[in-house]
Amino acid sequence: MKIGILAVQGDFAAHADMLRRLGAEPVEVRTAADLSGCAGLILPGGESTTQLQFLQEEGLYEAIKKFAAEGRGVFGTCAGAILLATKVLHPAQDSLGLLDMTVFRNGYGRQVASDIFFGDSKLSDEPLEMVFIRAPIIERVGDGAETLAQYAGKPALVQDGNILAATFHPELTTDTTVHEHFLKMLGDGTERNAGKRSTAIGDKSSNEVLEPKAS
Amino acid sequence: MDGNKVNGNAAKNGNKGSNEWRVKVGLAEMLKGGVIMDVTNAAQAEIAEKAGACAVMALERVPSDIRKEGGVARMASIKVIREIMATVTIPVMAKVRIGHFSEAEVLQALEVDFIDESEVLTPADEENHIWKHDYRVPFVCGARNLGEALRRVGEGAAMIRTKGEAGSGNVVEAVRHMRTIVSQMKKLTTMRDDELMREAKELGAPLELIREVAKTGKLPVPNFSAGGIATPADAALVRSLGAEAVFVGSGIFKSSDPEARAKAVVKATTHFADAAAVLEACEELGEAMPGLDIRQMDQKDMLSTRGW
Repeated sequence: MKIGILAVQGDFAAHADMLRRLGAEPVEVRTAADLSGCAGLILPGGESTTQLQFLQEEGLYEAIKKFAAEGRGVFGTCAGAILLATKVLHPAQDSLGLLDMTVFRNGYGRQVASDIFFGDSKLSDEPLEMVFIRAPIIERVGDGAETLAQYAGKPALVQDGNILAATFHPELTTDTTVHEHFLKMLGDGTERNAGKRSTAIGDKSSNEVLEPKAS
Repeated sequence: MDGNKVNGNAAKNGNKGSNEWRVKVGLAEMLKGGVIMDVTNAAQAEIAEKAGACAVMALERVPSDIRKEGGVARMASIKVIREIMATVTIPVMAKVRIGHFSEAEVLQALEVDFIDESEVLTPADEENHIWKHDYRVPFVCGARNLGEALRRVGEGAAMIRTKGEAGSGNVVEAVRHMRTIVSQMKKLTTMRDDELMREAKELGAPLELIREVAKTGKLPVPNFSAGGIATPADAALVRSLGAEAVFVGSGIFKSSDPEARAKAVVKATTHFADAAAVLEACEELGEAMPGLDIRQMDQKDMLSTRGW
């Protein structure tokens, strides 16, 4: 299954390694044409201001919106999550608006605040390793979206239908849980899963309270 | 050095060892595919950010001015770095003199996002580089070859960049250094285990890092390019030779058209493998910065020979 990774700037190579490990075929996406044939798209970490500029100037902005509207899966990590949000703060910034949430950029502060934590998630019974690097904070999640993992009382992994957003970097770990979940969301690559909820995948109920645990 | 103090701070933050190393290299990973631009004030930083820079490097004078004016080049003024940090949302890096761990501690206390222990500034110690493992803030260091790169990684650098010849507007040294590092890595991957100790001795690099490169064929940390990159085509060239991102120093703000050039270099860095896109980036640019012929330069004027 071909999965596109936005490769204009950021840690797209780390996502590609992760996908290969799971048997998927990564495709670097730098132009709208690169999206054809991809079952899903990953928006990697990096600098959202830089990435946004490429999206807006190269026709990718509308192409990705169309890609998502067709029901194909889109997964954003850190800067990618910022690009997916409907509202971006600190400072306000344009975004794709594919996932109903408000994101506050650099929410924990500068690089000295970057850190790694383990927390519960609905995807697995094992604690999820969460690498936060100059990470944003999800301040608000829309009614249609489901929080799959939290850190310090804030949603850190959120899904709404075919859109998945993480404020941390699963691609910088050896834990394949989140990427496996994304591939499951895509089905066999032909089925369109728009609107389907993820609760069937995790074995915990969706209203269970998630408590973050420091490592 | 007073490493304990810094270690003490790290421990207080509930974080040490491999996690700290991983978030340091992690930030370097986030900068891949991008352009890091030298800036000397907040106005330039704003231009850089708007042009799509993935980070800015704060320094008191760009390398070509340091070269021209001479004198001792030091860490930038704290006031200027603070103004830059307050102006942009992208990561802010700043330079310290080689071996000047007190400048580094000041920059860590200021909470810059990355520290460049740089040959562009006048070295404070001609024998020793900073022991960078002691810091929570990641470091980038310059290198001319694989041995130098791995010595810096051994000391805790989370990112390597070629030294090139800063402020020269001439890409030849950056090309030389990138080709050297890449071919030395390639050679390691062809060697038998029993040949690696000798290679470690030849290169003057730690054996465990030599063994790691022999296995993976790449540096243990991101490998960027710097020093003399002045045009979009220069950026595309070093990217094609293996640089994972590009630093541009004097090349932007010493050109006749900083805004357009900054944008063009960003574009060429991302689309380095697409000649049509690089051509587009090269269109309608004005004069590049004046360049220097490295062969006409005195050895004593070479910045890349500082540090070892």
